[in-house]
Amino acid sequence: MSQAPVNDGTGPAADPLVVLNKVNKHFGALHVLQDIDLSIARGEVVVVIGPSGSGKSTLCRTINRLETTDSGTITIDGRPLPQEGRELARLRADVGMVFQSFNLFAHKTVLANVTLGQTKVRKKDRATAEATARTLLDRVGVGAQADKYPAQLSGGQQQRVAIARALAMDPKVMLFDEPTSALDPEMINEVLEVMQQLARDGMTMVVVTHEMGFARSAADRVVFMADGRIVEEAVPDRFFSNPRSDRAKDFLSKILHH
Amino acid sequence: MNVLSDHFAEFREGFLGTVELTASSALLALVLGILIAGFRVSPVPALRAFGTAWVTLLRNTPLVLLFLAVTLGLPALGLKGWDSFWLAVLALGCYTSAFVCEAVRSGINTVPVGQAEAARSIGMTFTQTLGQIVLPQAARTAIPPIGSLMIALAKNTAIASGFNVAELAALQKQLNADEGYNIYVIFLWIALCYLIITFAISGLFRLLESRLAVTR
Repeated sequence: MSQAPVNDGTGPAADPLVVLNKVNKHFGALHVLQDIDLSIARGEVVVVIGPSGSGKSTLCRTINRLETTDSGTITIDGRPLPQEGRELARLRADVGMVFQSFNLFAHKTVLANVTLGQTKVRKKDRATAEATARTLLDRVGVGAQADKYPAQLSGGQQQRVAIARALAMDPKVMLFDEPTSALDPEMINEVLEVMQQLARDGMTMVVVTHEMGFARSAADRVVFMADGRIVEEAVPDRFFSNPRSDRAKDFLSKILHH
Repeated sequence: MNVLSDHFAEFREGFLGTVELTASSALLALVLGILIAGFRVSPVPALRAFGTAWVTLLRNTPLVLLFLAVTLGLPALGLKGWDSFWLAVLALGCYTSAFVCEAVRSGINTVPVGQAEAARSIGMTFTQTLGQIVLPQAARTAIPPIGSLMIALAKNTAIASGFNVAELAALQKQLNADEGYNIYVIFLWIALCYLIITFAISGLFRLLESRLAVTR
């Protein structure tokens, strides 16, 4: 049970931006994160996959402390995550997050969703914030929807707005917590394409997903989790063609052959 | 024989007294209620405990006892010289704030937790998250019960008549005592005055409700 994870030629990150060291977390009796060590380099795209209940979403949410941890340390750009309060809020502004259920502010227009953080947190003036927001909305292909409310948009459009909202804070790293899992199949690609572009632009990304195609094409490294542990880490080609651990072989055999 | 035309000045004074008492107490109740609701959902345990204690104490005390507590208790604590009007506002406002708090909190509970998580994830503080994201959405659900509470408050102001405040219910006692008007006629006019106030409140809240309903 406690064997070291199979680390396939990726080694410690050269210029680590996010570092998790011996992170543990329990939900009651469930040990949901067990001694997680993970280092993510600047500009790296790490895709986290694994069966449901393996702790991958929880791992993603601990990085901006939406979930607290029981032990271990998490540092972002060399600074440990602070306790709840103003300093944590400041740090969270540097860590973009995209949720499975979009979580756009339902009572605000698309434009206001992307402007709010810039004016309230970054203290930018309204005109600058709106100009940035419109540029970002154009970039993710929903510029024409700026004055609508989230409920008037399709799921794929909402998720792209959510990506723009996170990007508006000019984050150092972007976390994606199953960004396409709540989408109708025909909308998945429009979101993945935006993420692909982001990856090509050099954004540091942690992506929890079931989209193996995205993992293959965009990831620098695949992290496979099961039962609260990182079981295997490898570059995508090697992971998908030649998984080392039995858990990963089993998982891949279930999802890839049909 | 017409009590309203004979005593129009007194009726006007009583009506305005009730309106002022209701408006001042409502303002205090709303400000305190929203603040205490913020306490009850805050990440600080001491504030949460204070909020719970506030609601438990005030919601479970009969209003008349609260009136007695402020009229007898405050002078005993050395806070003398308060006008009976402001003592009544204090009792009514604090009492109603406990109910407003719970209405606001039930509204907060209808806002999906992801809304607050998204706000926190872009670096908003607790106060910003509450003020910008959670409360505006909670208002939709909280407005109708708060409207009922404000109507209850308007009628509860009648208790102040027993504590030396010039308002409608006090007028009834005063008029009964002299000149021997028909008691039912006096009741009718006073009831009509209360109806004007409560209808105005429900109209105001219906307006608020429809305003908030469209912005989604």
